[in-house]
Amino acid sequence: MRVGAPVVATVLTLIVGSIFFAALGHDPLATLHAFFVAPLNSMNGLSEWLLKASPLILIACGLAVGFRANVWNIGAEGQLIIGAIAASGVGLFWPDPESMLLLPLMFLAGMAAGMAWAAIPAFLRARMNTNEILVTLMLTYVATLLLSWLVHGPWRDPAGFNYPQTALLPVGAMLEPFDYSYRLNPSVFITMVAVVAMWLFTDRSFLGYKMSVSGAAPLAARYAGFRESAAVWIGLLAGGAAAGVAGMAEAAGPLGQLSPQISPGYGFAAIIVAFVGRLNAFGIVLGGLLMSLLFLGGEGVQMTLGLPSALTRIFQGVLLFFLLAADFFIFYRLRRVREKA
Amino acid sequence: MIPRLELRNICKRYPGVVANDDISMSIQPGEIHAVLGENGAGKSTLMKIIYGAAQADSGEIYCDGNLIEAHNPAVSRALGIEMVYQHFALFESVSVVENIALCVRNASDLESLAARIGELSERYGMPIDPHRRVHDLSVGERQRVEIIRCLLQAPKLLILDEPTSVLTPQAVVKLFETLRQLAAEGCSILYISHKLDEVQELCDFATVLRNGKVTGTARPKETTSLELARMMVGSKLPEMHVSPPLPSEKPVLEVRGLSVTARSPFGTDLKDVSFNVHGGEIVGLAGVSGNGQAELVALLSGERTHDRNDAIRICGTAAARLGPDERRKLGVAFVPEERLGRGAVPPHTLWENAVLTAHRFGTVRNGLVDRQKAGAFAKSIIDKFKVKANGPQSTAQSLSGGNLQKFIVGREIALQPKLLLVAQPTWGVDVGASAFIRQTLVDMSRAGAAVLVVSEELDELFEICDRLLVICQGRVSAPLVRTATDREEVGLLMTGLNGNNAIASGSGEFALED
Repeated sequence: MRVGAPVVATVLTLIVGSIFFAALGHDPLATLHAFFVAPLNSMNGLSEWLLKASPLILIACGLAVGFRANVWNIGAEGQLIIGAIAASGVGLFWPDPESMLLLPLMFLAGMAAGMAWAAIPAFLRARMNTNEILVTLMLTYVATLLLSWLVHGPWRDPAGFNYPQTALLPVGAMLEPFDYSYRLNPSVFITMVAVVAMWLFTDRSFLGYKMSVSGAAPLAARYAGFRESAAVWIGLLAGGAAAGVAGMAEAAGPLGQLSPQISPGYGFAAIIVAFVGRLNAFGIVLGGLLMSLLFLGGEGVQMTLGLPSALTRIFQGVLLFFLLAADFFIFYRLRRVREKA
Repeated sequence: MIPRLELRNICKRYPGVVANDDISMSIQPGEIHAVLGENGAGKSTLMKIIYGAAQADSGEIYCDGNLIEAHNPAVSRALGIEMVYQHFALFESVSVVENIALCVRNASDLESLAARIGELSERYGMPIDPHRRVHDLSVGERQRVEIIRCLLQAPKLLILDEPTSVLTPQAVVKLFETLRQLAAEGCSILYISHKLDEVQELCDFATVLRNGKVTGTARPKETTSLELARMMVGSKLPEMHVSPPLPSEKPVLEVRGLSVTARSPFGTDLKDVSFNVHGGEIVGLAGVSGNGQAELVALLSGERTHDRNDAIRICGTAAARLGPDERRKLGVAFVPEERLGRGAVPPHTLWENAVLTAHRFGTVRNGLVDRQKAGAFAKSIIDKFKVKANGPQSTAQSLSGGNLQKFIVGREIALQPKLLLVAQPTWGVDVGASAFIRQTLVDMSRAGAAVLVVSEELDELFEICDRLLVICQGRVSAPLVRTATDREEVGLLMTGLNGNNAIASGSGEFALED
């Protein structure tokens, strides 16, 4: 049943999508084809599909570690931005741009920065019991503004015609694509490792077991002597690390520089991916591929059929809505209750 | 005479079990009718069907000779069938009269409702102040609120589900007087219990259930308890063997001058609690629930810590500041009162729940959970304690309360503790399994472990404990040697009416309890 819910939700989302398309005056079947099939018809489409799925899956894996312990990190978007800033900072200003160490350093900088950003809500929650949902979400806006200030101000490319963006990263700081015709790069391997690591951690390790106890029954965790603060720290830091690395991979990968459009909302979409994937490593892979297709299809129909770009967000929202509703109806039953006389 | 209630061939299946199998019985007006049975015998299901909270798959229910067709609780109340659940459904933060107003019809005028409550409580010997807030009431008083709520509807049939499990012996006597008076006025009473002595004292007629079937009917007053027990259990009852205690020289658990303020507004402060538990003995802590047991147990298990480290010593080590895991390293094992959500993680499987506290016993290696070891560990508990479950893969929440309790007790015992803390070891556990759990506790202590049992059931404590402590309003009495005390003395200590505390509490909350 738990596995069935995402399937039901996807089908319902497609039905609602068709109704939308029809209401906008397009043939639903043709539009669905343009949305979900056409983007995958070319090598470039497949490359883009994996390229966009990779950060979604990576971040969702990190977030799910926390979600399983009822630690709600909603601010992966901010952690991604901070990770991208730190990694780009290293890439732009490292004295030796040819160094073999540059990419590993950027990787570590992105990860550390994402973790540091997530450590703020972790500290506040563990010490002062603040609500991590609010703190992580608000820190996202701080991160966005910090990025905006950097690219408009101190890090702006002097040769960039006043565009709010940094100089391009040096070649040694870039993740080289497998084939220069396409954009897919080795960052997908990082995601693959993360998926396996996440599976090992949540399904096999004792630490992951403790986290799942904390999430499912906090009193039982206390009874067994598992520290709640440990679950909070691990949960938030895992999400921060994953998002920070995703930010690094975006900056050093397809974008090659920092700009305010560093992420098309990967950090938020990954939350949906984690839930569609049932907080399970391999489910998240499927969820990430679906969500990536929504991004691609949204861009596609925007270009070919002139449909509004908001469609992508609508599809994401509708999908999450139906998923939560399907979950609700798995656990509860609606019944008519007659008014008592 | 037309029976007040008649059941004909009631059947109810749940996936995997037949809860009620072809049950027929009838209850006359003014009769006190017991439904006896072990846990899982189908009593609760049957009561839910009678009350309309569950629907039978087949069979018919007649009330005063009329077939009830579409059944639900509203229909029941319209017919005059009322039910007092084992776990009360009261809002703690509002007053008695407001609670009652929520569930009676036309309760617009609180003052006149309060007057009616006062009148009824007077008439049935259950004094209660309608304007007191529920959280101030003792458990016995809360039950009175529930019963009065039912009586306001002038019921023709009152169903009580294990009503005495939370009462002091004195409060039980009071309750029985009320019930007899009600029956004399023509109200039929359906009394669900597994306590034979109570049924023999109170009930005119008994229907015994086992595995969802009626296995016998009896007039309890004319039947020996052995015969009734045989009908319930279906085989010979196991006998307890309690050999004399062999207390160790040094205490395993020492509590010295432990005082704390409760964390929740409805909790009880502990006041200067001191006692010892030696290896080789079982010490019982008796008391009406809500007198500080929860606080004391949390402090002993380490779920709550105390600043003065030597207030609690375990095997000689000052331990009051240690967390649960560190105390477990010292040899503590603990069976909490709440099984689901505290002693076990509801959606997790049994093997996962085995890892919860047995992770130092080979089920975790190199930071990874060894599923095979954990599965084997769970399997051995299931076999040894005859837990009814579909193997280590079944989830904790799929087990009945009694079976889960057996699993948790089995798990903690398998840890071979030096100190075993057990809260309500046999709550909701059937007669056969209770005897097994108690025997296991006795055997553990005789093998050298120190065992502290917190229970509200005096019979249980008297059966297995070597010494008894009584907790009342956060104070713990001096230890009583089991063979030198009796229920009367313990009952008085439980209500705070012994010599020392009489002045302190006699005029307070417990004035109504005697």
